[in-house]
Amino acid sequence: MPAIKTVNLNKRYKEITAVKNLNLEINKGELFSLLGVNGAGKTTTIKMLSCLSKPTEGDAFVGNYSIIKEPDKVKSLIAVSPQETAVAPNLSVKENLEFICRIHGFSKEKTKEKIETLSESFGIESILKRKAGKLSGGMQRRVSIIMALISEPEILFLDEPTLGLDVIARHDLWDVIRALKGKITIILTTHYMEEASALSDRIGIMKDGSLLAVGTAEELLEKTGTDDFESAFVTIVKGDN
Amino acid sequence: MKTLTFAKRCAKEIIRDPINLFFGLGFPLVLLFLLSAIQANIPVELFEIESLTPGITVFGLSFLTLFSATLVSKDRESTFLQRLYTTPLTGFDFIVGYMLPLIPLALCQTLVCYIFAIPLGLSFNVNVLYAIIGMIPMAIFNISLGLLCGSVLGVKQVGGICGALLTNLSAWLSGVWFDIELLGGAFEKIAECLPFLHAVELERALISGNFDTAFGRLLPVLIYAVLIAFAAVYCFLSQMKKQ
Repeated sequence: MPAIKTVNLNKRYKEITAVKNLNLEINKGELFSLLGVNGAGKTTTIKMLSCLSKPTEGDAFVGNYSIIKEPDKVKSLIAVSPQETAVAPNLSVKENLEFICRIHGFSKEKTKEKIETLSESFGIESILKRKAGKLSGGMQRRVSIIMALISEPEILFLDEPTLGLDVIARHDLWDVIRALKGKITIILTTHYMEEASALSDRIGIMKDGSLLAVGTAEELLEKTGTDDFESAFVTIVKGDN
Repeated sequence: MKTLTFAKRCAKEIIRDPINLFFGLGFPLVLLFLLSAIQANIPVELFEIESLTPGITVFGLSFLTLFSATLVSKDRESTFLQRLYTTPLTGFDFIVGYMLPLIPLALCQTLVCYIFAIPLGLSFNVNVLYAIIGMIPMAIFNISLGLLCGSVLGVKQVGGICGALLTNLSAWLSGVWFDIELLGGAFEKIAECLPFLHAVELERALISGNFDTAFGRLLPVLIYAVLIAFAAVYCFLSQMKKQ
């Protein structure tokens, strides 16, 4: 059983079709990247799969639950780290983590244990007392991902996790994402080609709401007959292949 | 429990912002002292402490609209709310969580204004307590209006509409700074149609123990509070659905 299966998934906003007939299967434990330029439909796809937005047509099954008929069951399996730095800025990092633990109904003991484990695993012990809004962009994204991991999701959606970060912060965050690989299913959206090829088990390339190609980085290179991933991406998006 | 957790977080976000503290508590007190000083030198009936303090407390509440609208709007724009929409929090948790912490803040703001007015000449009696309680409907109106604006406007728009326009409306149409009856005409009619003047007159009536007048002024404030609260809930849930 795949972790995610979409069946003719469509999303239209008045005259704009943001996602067109998306048929996709993502395996359990896989890190799957949706790659595309701005407006390709990546974030809309994630919003539908995380039950934030209803599809206009079609359906998707997350952990075998329908996103239309069983959104509560879907929500119990997933977590989302949105595109922006979705943290409470005037709360300390520890308070942000405690807040998420409490809304998931964790006891005080479990909250304490969870924060200790996560802060040690992701190297944020030294910033626990600092206000989240005062951290660097990279650190805020790191905290945002940790907040998403608190509920122990089976599936994690990372929407443009490194957008706007400098090279060092981006590579630091890649290490965080790599550390999660294989443990949970991760769906990542990005428009950075090197990010998709460096992190992903498989990559789906989207343009104007359509999924143009799916495969490993090597498969996409082979398919397009190109030597580097950027050329492969351009070839697929421009429809030369 | 989840509602309280979210409410606590909202309270911390508001209280830890020094600008909120200045406008919520400091600014009304500055106005109270300043106008009392003017009154001491150039006596004006409108600025007598029994008349001025209720006006300042109602004016101070207009900043609550700015606080709640800014918080909701920031949470929307930073996608913090989007994250929370995928958690077990429900629409009820969000609405109550945003509104609840501002009610004690409103009461605290009103209480501080009345306490500081005592050394300036306000007589301390049970009517002060009635005036503080009587402020609750207007506080609900202002907080709900903030939730409504925060649900439909961006952070910059909130600053302009709630920060500038609403505070000015509240000041001009409440009869705090000048007697509305003196202007009369359309201005007076507009003021009578809005809740600000009624809220100030309600407070003035409660402070002076004139309860018959108070009941008459309470009704329009209550109607506005209920209508805006319903509109705020509708707008918030609509934007939640749109997400």
